[in-house]
Amino acid sequence: MTATAARPTASTVASRATFGGLLRSEWTKLRSVRSTGWSLGLLALLYPSFTALLIGLTTAAWDDTAASDRELITGDPTTVILGSGFLISQPAICVLGVMVIASEYSTGMIRASLLAKPGRLSMLAAKGVVLSLVVLAVSLVAAFVSFFIGAAMLSERVEASLSDPGALRAVVGTGLYLAMLSLFSLAIGAIVRRTAAGITGVIMFVLVLAPLVQLLPGKFGEYAHAYLPTEAGILIGQATQQEGSLLTPWQGFGVFGLWTAALLALAAFLLNRRDA
Amino acid sequence: MIEAKNLTKRYGDKVAVKDLSFTVGPGKVTGFLGPNGAGKSTTMRLLLGLDHPDRGTATIDGKRYRELTTPLAAVGALLEAKAVHPGRTAYNHLLCLAQSQGIGKKRVSEVLDLVGLREVAHKRAGNFSLGMGQRLGLAAALLGDPAVLVLDEPVNGLDPEGILWVRTFMRQLAAEGRTVFVSSHLMNEMAVTAEHLIIIGRGSLIADCPTQEFIERGKKQTVLVRSPNADELSEALTRAGGTVTRNDDNELSVEDMDTTRIGEIASAGGYVLHEVVPQRGTLEEAFMTLTRESVEYAGTGSTHDADAPKSGGEAR
Repeated sequence: MTATAARPTASTVASRATFGGLLRSEWTKLRSVRSTGWSLGLLALLYPSFTALLIGLTTAAWDDTAASDRELITGDPTTVILGSGFLISQPAICVLGVMVIASEYSTGMIRASLLAKPGRLSMLAAKGVVLSLVVLAVSLVAAFVSFFIGAAMLSERVEASLSDPGALRAVVGTGLYLAMLSLFSLAIGAIVRRTAAGITGVIMFVLVLAPLVQLLPGKFGEYAHAYLPTEAGILIGQATQQEGSLLTPWQGFGVFGLWTAALLALAAFLLNRRDA
Repeated sequence: MIEAKNLTKRYGDKVAVKDLSFTVGPGKVTGFLGPNGAGKSTTMRLLLGLDHPDRGTATIDGKRYRELTTPLAAVGALLEAKAVHPGRTAYNHLLCLAQSQGIGKKRVSEVLDLVGLREVAHKRAGNFSLGMGQRLGLAAALLGDPAVLVLDEPVNGLDPEGILWVRTFMRQLAAEGRTVFVSSHLMNEMAVTAEHLIIIGRGSLIADCPTQEFIERGKKQTVLVRSPNADELSEALTRAGGTVTRNDDNELSVEDMDTTRIGEIASAGGYVLHEVVPQRGTLEEAFMTLTRESVEYAGTGSTHDADAPKSGGEAR
């Protein structure tokens, strides 16, 4: 038996638990894996380029375009510009949001994370803060760049400017929507804990299921569709309110926020309760 | 000091750990032994707050893991399954763990040096060999210079050089006064590393004693005796105080009696002896005898195959 050396039980390495430390930790995690660069790079690249492509096609075919469609474009050019590259780029955010948490489960990293921070809720909170801020920053840049490209290309047909009613709010709102979408996807990822299932689920919902609800008949279909998270949320990215819209842009964004908060609460509850 | 009190954990209707209590003291390596599926990993996960016990408590220096504010400075853990994102470099892996509790970058470099990974610090962990992965896991465990170390199968899959390195390392950590709790399903490995053994089978405690004591117990001698007069000889040996087990028509296993005495008794009774062979029990045999009844799945091959599939309890 070795004689027990007198050793202070306290560690000789300085350590301190702060939320700021957790934020730094999550930032390191986010920036040090390839999927982050891929997703955000795709968003920053696809959004402006598809805006340019679709607006280019629109102006090229301007003379063959029906008068009613031209009116739609000249009536609200901001929404047309922002909407054109949007559909193709938002899956990148769904993927990133799910991956940020689900890949920790698929790789086993979650165990290291929880050993370092057994207070699981603050870990989830730090993840959410870092993810949404990074997505917000990149999305804002992508949305502004897309807007200016689209506006320049449309300038012969219609003047689109940030000073148009609702235009600035729509551009900033697109960034806000994508940031909220990243949190929505994070919550789903934390609940499902599987990358493939989570990504498929979120993208199917956002791109296919939610728009399809529009087809449900009568008042029920109308209301159900209006209050779906992403369908309500995207109103913030449109400059003018559609006629007969049940929600204003900010109300819509609020509805999306409530859905996301509810899902995050469920994710937090499950995270605390389930074995890692 | 690690303390488990009445720990119980079930997964579905399968009990992985059953009313398990033990303490692990500082300044020595304590081996946590049991066949695959015995509940070692589950116990460690309960200890580390990753899984929730159904009953009982697990504390480290009197605190539950979840109550530790900067856990890495109190407990270092190496889990059997890799807990690393393969796309992240060794340095960034350690950095994000360190940052979560305000541990500085300098310490990250220190532990990389300590485990000999400095050269590959900026390589992605996914390209690491098993041995390098284990070293990275140990580096993470040492980040906060903890007084308690919990290591799940640290030599699993390592080459002899790696095994020797881990063994020396664990002894050194214990000599510094730390509590080192290390699990293994290999008795011989623990015999040379651990000073104290806690042995479990099917989630329950089987033995909790110094390694030396266990080795003595394992050395209990058995003598194999072959004789055409097995019936009569068996009676005579039993009368003289031996413990006799009948193997077949003319073969006996005799305990509590040495070969000299057996020869004398046979000679006195006029019984013919064909063979008298002392069976020296190995430590591995002692362990297997002890845990035989608690082995989950006795396969056709060796039950000690490191790659044998784990039971539901440990596979999680």
